[in-house]
Amino acid sequence: MSGVLLILEDRDDRITRLSWEAGAAARQLAGESGVTAAVLGAQTEALGAEAASQGFARILRVEHPLLAPYTADGFLLALEQLIRADSPEYVVFPHSYQVRDYAPALACRFGQVLISDVIGIGQGPTFTRQFMQGRLNATYRQTASGPCFVSVQAGAFRAESAEAQTGVTPETFSPTIKATQIRTRPGEPFRESAQTVDLGSAQRIVAVGRGIKEASNIPLVEDLASTLGAELAASRPICDSGWMPIERQVGSSGQTVAPRLYLAVGISGAIQHLVGMKGSQCIVAINKDADAPIFEVADYGIAGDLFEVVPALTDALKATKA
Amino acid sequence: MKIIVAIKQVPERDAPIRIDAAGKWIEEANLQFALNEPDAYALEEALQLKESAGAGSEVIVISAGPERAGTTIREALAKGADRAIHIVCDDLPGRDALSVARLLAAAIKPENPDLVLTGLQSEDLGLGQTGVILGELLGLPHATLILKVEKTEAGIKVKRELEEGWFQSIELPLPAALTIQSGGNKLRYATLMGIKRAKTKELRTVTAAELGVDSAPVAVMEQVALPTKQKSTQMLDGAPKEAAAALVEKLKFEARVL
Repeated sequence: MSGVLLILEDRDDRITRLSWEAGAAARQLAGESGVTAAVLGAQTEALGAEAASQGFARILRVEHPLLAPYTADGFLLALEQLIRADSPEYVVFPHSYQVRDYAPALACRFGQVLISDVIGIGQGPTFTRQFMQGRLNATYRQTASGPCFVSVQAGAFRAESAEAQTGVTPETFSPTIKATQIRTRPGEPFRESAQTVDLGSAQRIVAVGRGIKEASNIPLVEDLASTLGAELAASRPICDSGWMPIERQVGSSGQTVAPRLYLAVGISGAIQHLVGMKGSQCIVAINKDADAPIFEVADYGIAGDLFEVVPALTDALKATKA
Repeated sequence: MKIIVAIKQVPERDAPIRIDAAGKWIEEANLQFALNEPDAYALEEALQLKESAGAGSEVIVISAGPERAGTTIREALAKGADRAIHIVCDDLPGRDALSVARLLAAAIKPENPDLVLTGLQSEDLGLGQTGVILGELLGLPHATLILKVEKTEAGIKVKRELEEGWFQSIELPLPAALTIQSGGNKLRYATLMGIKRAKTKELRTVTAAELGVDSAPVAVMEQVALPTKQKSTQMLDGAPKEAAAALVEKLKFEARVL
């Protein structure tokens, strides 16, 4: 058993950025020996060519008509066969919704668990991931023998484009999948309503989280946002509660934003939120808990009661305008 | 329809968290615990399915955890679950997702449910794997991040959340396993009547040993630490007014974003 197998994911016929980040983690694990990268689908020629430009030691095109559209059953069958044939020491995934859908079951087939949403790899190797909503880090080590399954959290590894390596011709791996083995029938992806708010192009964003406590307190941040000329946004729980429309949600299940100013009010900073906003140029956090993880990514922080700080800030901003 | 909901008791969201003396887990003394929020949504979905399916349907809550998890299980019964199974084990933090799922699967299997639901992830460990592994261990098709479940003639049709605001419908035969995303429903509160009734509902306890499940972990959490800061944050102290004024200065003249 040897080697690192990297599972690349694609969207709209391109390999995702998160896959390249997982690739950086895979290279760290592989060292000199190089990484085998796999693409999956019904037609993988273009994806294989895209992967081939990234300097991997080997490229595998896992191809079968039943691998599109994605189903957990299809991917499980294909990857189980590939891993049994190839016996990698590590299998590395991007920590996407799709990977979360099948990788835990895949690991289970090998009597393993997925060491998931990893943000760092240490000597040993050990794997660091966050828990308690991002408030603590935990270091994990695989204790069983057999392949070690690892998924890589967004934004933790730098997706550097490796020098193009010529001469790597993608190989094809053809799994055996029968139509009767696919138990689910997936429909076409859809959006709930036309996206009317494009937070992605906003220069300033005021985002609100659980700390606001009640829907009737929202006007407090609306005031601040209009004074700043900022778009309003929210973390998931606020949209779940129906206090703000889902199209204003920032994070892994909402929009990814990178404004010049991101002002987080009453947001503790769970990783699902951070991945959607940490590319912002200047981050300000107002939160009553000085240990909240949002302060780990903030440039400026005020640890205090938002019900006092936000009105004071709105007033101070109005005063500078006057 | 027979629906099993796997739930977990976790530290309350705002509870002050400290690392324990051994540096292997969190200090649990003096912590308040509550029902994991995504599991509350799974329970809600199960109760609504039961209500629309009518007579003959049953919602069974199952949870692995120490003695104290019993209060969270009673809460689920008070909200409307019909009966419960408590797998009593004191070593939950030392178990990995596979080991916990094996416990749950061993207790679920004899029930032959039509549907196994669980929240998409726990608010403490946040692994998001238990439901998927349960499906695998029970030999059931599964779907994750589900916001809505509809009964169809052939089975169920579910609404799955994809990334960046996209959704997808998936049809599955029954029995099946689903992990439920938060926000699909409005959560109910337990009524006084419900709380009263819960006291008389069946709550069966079984120990991990009685289930006869291999508990050797395949991956262990070796060490817990505070996260390292990714940026050096300037904390602005003082009364709200002073802090706000200082922030405006910084944004204007230092960050130059105003």
